[in-house]
Amino acid sequence: MLDNGFPLATESNILKELIKPPTILRTVVNTITGSTNVGDQLPTGQLSVVPWRRTGVKYTNNEAYFDVIEEIDAIIDKSGSTITAEIQGVIDACVKLTGMPDLTLSFMNPRLLDDVSFHPCVRFKRWESERILSFIPPDGNFRLLSYHVSAQNLVAIPVYVKHNISFRDSSSLGRFEITVGPKQTMGKTIEGVTVTSQMPKGVLNMSLTPSQGTHTFDPVTKMLSWDVGKINPQKLPSLKGTMSLQAGASKPDENPTINLQFKIQQLAISGLKVNRLDMYGEKYKPF
Amino acid sequence: MSAAPAYSEDKGGSAGPGEPEYGHDPASGGIFSSDYKRHDDLKEMLDTNKDSLKLEAMKRIVAMIARGKNASDLFPAVVKNVACKNIEVKKLVYVYLVRYAEEQQDLALLSISTFQRGLKDPNQLIRASALRVLSSIRVPIIVPIMMLAIKEAASDMSPYVRKTAAHAIPKLYSLDSDQKDQLIEVIEKLLADKTTLVAGSVVMAFEEVCPERIDLIHKNYRKLCNLLIDVEEWGQVVIISMLTRYARTQFLSPTQNESLLEENAEKAFYGSEEDEAKGAGSEETAAAAAPSRKPYVMDPDHRLLLRNTKPLLQSRSAAVVMAVAQLYFHLAPKAEVGVIAKALVRLLRSHSEVQYVVLQNVATMSIKRRGMFEPYLKSFYIRSTDPTQIKILKLEVLTNLANETNIPTVLREFQTYIRSMDKDFVAATIQAIGRCATNIGRVRDTCLNGLVQLLSNRDELVVAESVVVIKKLLQMQPAQHGEIIKHLAKLTDNIQVPMARASILWLIGEYCEHVPRIAPDVLRKMAKSFTAEEDIVKLQVINLAAKLYLTNSKQTKLLTQYVLSLAKYDQNYDIRDRARFTRQLIVPSEQGGALSRHAKKLFLAPKPAPVLESSFKDRDHFQLGSLSHLLNAKATGYQELPDWPEEAPDPSVRNVEVPEWTKCSNREKRKEKEKPFYSDSEGESGPTESADSDPESESESDSKSSSESGSGESSSESDNEDQDEDEEKGRGSESEQSEEDGKRKTKKKVPERKGEASSSDEGSDSSSSSSESEMTSESEEEQLEPASWSRKTPPSSKSAPATKEISLLDLEDFTPPSVQPVSPPAIVSTSLAADLEGLTLTDSTLVPSLLSPVSGVGRQELLHRVAGEGLAVDYTFSRQPFSGDPHMVSVHIHFSNSSDTPIKGLHVGTPKLPAGISIQEFPEIESLAPGESATAVMGINFCDSTQAANFQLCTQTRQFYVSIQPPVGELMAPVFMSENEFKKEQGLQGGH
Repeated sequence: MLDNGFPLATESNILKELIKPPTILRTVVNTITGSTNVGDQLPTGQLSVVPWRRTGVKYTNNEAYFDVIEEIDAIIDKSGSTITAEIQGVIDACVKLTGMPDLTLSFMNPRLLDDVSFHPCVRFKRWESERILSFIPPDGNFRLLSYHVSAQNLVAIPVYVKHNISFRDSSSLGRFEITVGPKQTMGKTIEGVTVTSQMPKGVLNMSLTPSQGTHTFDPVTKMLSWDVGKINPQKLPSLKGTMSLQAGASKPDENPTINLQFKIQQLAISGLKVNRLDMYGEKYKPF
Repeated sequence: MSAAPAYSEDKGGSAGPGEPEYGHDPASGGIFSSDYKRHDDLKEMLDTNKDSLKLEAMKRIVAMIARGKNASDLFPAVVKNVACKNIEVKKLVYVYLVRYAEEQQDLALLSISTFQRGLKDPNQLIRASALRVLSSIRVPIIVPIMMLAIKEAASDMSPYVRKTAAHAIPKLYSLDSDQKDQLIEVIEKLLADKTTLVAGSVVMAFEEVCPERIDLIHKNYRKLCNLLIDVEEWGQVVIISMLTRYARTQFLSPTQNESLLEENAEKAFYGSEEDEAKGAGSEETAAAAAPSRKPYVMDPDHRLLLRNTKPLLQSRSAAVVMAVAQLYFHLAPKAEVGVIAKALVRLLRSHSEVQYVVLQNVATMSIKRRGMFEPYLKSFYIRSTDPTQIKILKLEVLTNLANETNIPTVLREFQTYIRSMDKDFVAATIQAIGRCATNIGRVRDTCLNGLVQLLSNRDELVVAESVVVIKKLLQMQPAQHGEIIKHLAKLTDNIQVPMARASILWLIGEYCEHVPRIAPDVLRKMAKSFTAEEDIVKLQVINLAAKLYLTNSKQTKLLTQYVLSLAKYDQNYDIRDRARFTRQLIVPSEQGGALSRHAKKLFLAPKPAPVLESSFKDRDHFQLGSLSHLLNAKATGYQELPDWPEEAPDPSVRNVEVPEWTKCSNREKRKEKEKPFYSDSEGESGPTESADSDPESESESDSKSSSESGSGESSSESDNEDQDEDEEKGRGSESEQSEEDGKRKTKKKVPERKGEASSSDEGSDSSSSSSESEMTSESEEEQLEPASWSRKTPPSSKSAPATKEISLLDLEDFTPPSVQPVSPPAIVSTSLAADLEGLTLTDSTLVPSLLSPVSGVGRQELLHRVAGEGLAVDYTFSRQPFSGDPHMVSVHIHFSNSSDTPIKGLHVGTPKLPAGISIQEFPEIESLAPGESATAVMGINFCDSTQAANFQLCTQTRQFYVSIQPPVGELMAPVFMSENEFKKEQGLQGGH
């Protein structure tokens, strides 16, 4: 909510209280009683010190979920050695707890976290002194914390790519072959693998056969993309074939870059471990 | 006055109220006949009594506005509904009014009375929204009404309404700037407001209306600093940028004594207690120490600002992080600016827009403070997925960061970049290599060789860019590189990019003596193709011809004349001018002009090599993070960041004196209770917390140890202290010191009272505040007073937000009390301080029993009340010999039960002790009723080590593992001896 260009209220919980999101039940009630979704009282949260939490939250099933999501950003050179790799992570939470719970989340290895940024609900002092996340959560989904794992910790990249891309000067054909394989995945499967690569301008078309998944090549943007899916360690996915180059032109001297994306479920690559979650301030037992 | 013509205009436009206006618009009548009808039924709907119909109509009207359709003809029908009871309809009417009131001022006036009624509504939401809409209606005639409304709202009970009043101020100001003086009064009043909700908005209004009235901030400076962390993100950004400007005008530059400061940085952080203890201990030491200390002492308020903004680097909002970063960059001493690097690097992970802004700022910072970002070099490596703009900025940063040690890695990266498909980026990379080569002499040859290799690249742009860069590099040391020049000369046949051709020609001309054979040949070729060249190349051909003519006129005379005559008839007047000018200079004419004798000097003078500089070099005169900095041009409304003053303005202006201080500090307390989230307890909330309880308050120590008028500086919000000090002001520092000293003694002589105050209070924050106000209060009478007020501040003293407040106060209890050591370094300093304090105490008072009762000083937490399920345990070293065993240190353990069930059978369970350490347990405490607290004494023989004593604290139902780690100072016992004895002892120990 803006006033003359200056933000007045931006906390989604406050906004939800100002104008309640429509639900079927509420629509029914509204038509009968003639009330509306627009709140006529100032949300109490707006005045309190926890503007992010709605008041009077009630759930029959009290539950809280925390997702630790980590991303590796790595640049790997053509010989396969890592130039730079860093881990960035976030903890997304979905908290559905009645009343005003005060949660405390502690880690087994909080020193791992090099740089953090918090949702405003996290008490900074507790973190400074005890490395504990202590907070009164907002209601619903929110991003509790995002962090950066210090660069000193060597990052083990869980996949590798073998590539053999060559252009020959004389012929108008080039060879193209890439293989993706797992490496240090701690027994987890690598999923959702997609490979994209920007081909040099000289490449007119590519005829490739993947051992699994589907691939496309856009001759206009010269973008090759290969949707691999899961990696089966017994049978490594590969993509082989030839590229047809512009006839007469000399071989392109750029190296195509290969972008590889993948997902591994249930593995925090940095090794971050949540120790425990405690709740204070409310009587009921969560979960 | 202004309304009258507007009115008549309106009439002309809409044929007066009540008439069906849409007929005037041929479009609405003809083509959009459906619109015509719909408007009709909208009117009907608005005129009915049914709220649901009205609502439906209003929704459609607002939807029309949103789609950009004109709904102004419905104005009269809509405006009637402003008095509607249904809040939803009302809100939509407000939306409509804000949009169209300016166009139909006379009609809008009809609605004003409704707003005025709304301003008196008991519901704060209604009051606020009435004010918001009233101030959004840009009708000049109601300016006085708005003014009145703002003034009233500024003293409203509800902070939300006050916030809205703050928002209304800039709106009114833009409508009628004559109201400025009155508005400033309102701003002044609102600035004094103590709620976080208002702070951000009022500072925003301040920045809009009267940014030059910096004097309004003085009184509120400390408050703003302390509130900052709890203000919402948007407000934080505004406040931080305002405080940056403020600090620039009020404090001395921390960098003026850089070397000295760095030397003392360590001290400034951790040495505070030490200094304090010294200062309090004896006048002489203080007097002697003060002048020898660093000449620059950071104003405690300056320090306060830096300290309170630092946690905001952890904010999730990129804008806040950026604001803090610029604040640190502009205000912090060199040694401390580094903290922002990490946070800025973190921002590089967000959207490319954010990245762009951050990188711009990083680029500027990395020029001035290179060391800051060096550890993060790899974070600036370029990813193939980055947009070109980002790539180029990253390249800029990488180049700025390159130095002797990391240049090999940087160059290796650059090599990869050259093979990129993004040609603009490749060109920028080549430029960057050139800059690295000029900056770092060691790699110049390597770079040059690399660039020469690039000359055989197939891409013309790459080659051209390399030529340009090579030209610049060669200028630095032309002698050795005849070969390269020859190579370049050959390239003239192939390269078509004008800039590169021009560069080659210039090089050959400039160094024609190194390539005497090739130069005339190049000129010959160029003369042949002269007419087909670009202007820039033509100019260089003339240049080359002139230079050759001067050095080698035999071979080139005819060629030169040919070129000059071609140029004479060129289409471009620049070239014609140049040709004429050159001819006069070099060809001796019949008059034998005086200039032609000097032609050689003119043309072949040694030219300084160009300095390859970052384009961000001079950007830092714009405030970082500002739009002007981003654009590298002054944007409208940009306020120059003032320079540091030569002399520090009077720091006492920031002292707050409030007539009825009890009441005010009541409010103060309440507020502090209200904000438990970041500033857990008073320990953090201000420098008031005297240095002996708060290891971090180095500001305190600064002010006390500095000899210059330390009187006013140590105070902050806490008003009683200010009052005292205001009275004291004007006395010299020496008297201040002795005063201080006197107070210390007073404090020691009334230990019972103090013990009572601190132990009976269950929240240790209030006890610490009381103990510290005792510190500074002048007499014993006053001593009790603060203690009592701090205790009797009931949490519900304010009525407005009472309902939820109570539960929040409970929550606050989960936060650790202030005296608890916050971090490892803090522990060190506490122990050091305690150490020295112990020594000074023994120095001044001889009877050990007087020391016994415990001040809030060394109170450490053993068991937090959350972890202890309601049982909170603190301990202090009482500095008494333990009665049972002389080797044992006596430790006072304070239990307090904050749960609602009695705790039974408190005793020490099986201790798990390192070798040598033994424990004398305290007698079992049978029962501790809820809310009660008890104290027990136990003895620990630490065996002269600082190892922690771990033991179990058992209740009937639970066991808690706890550990006590003694600071060194607590392990020493005072020994009295004469000087001679002391010397003898020294000799025995083989000391010096």
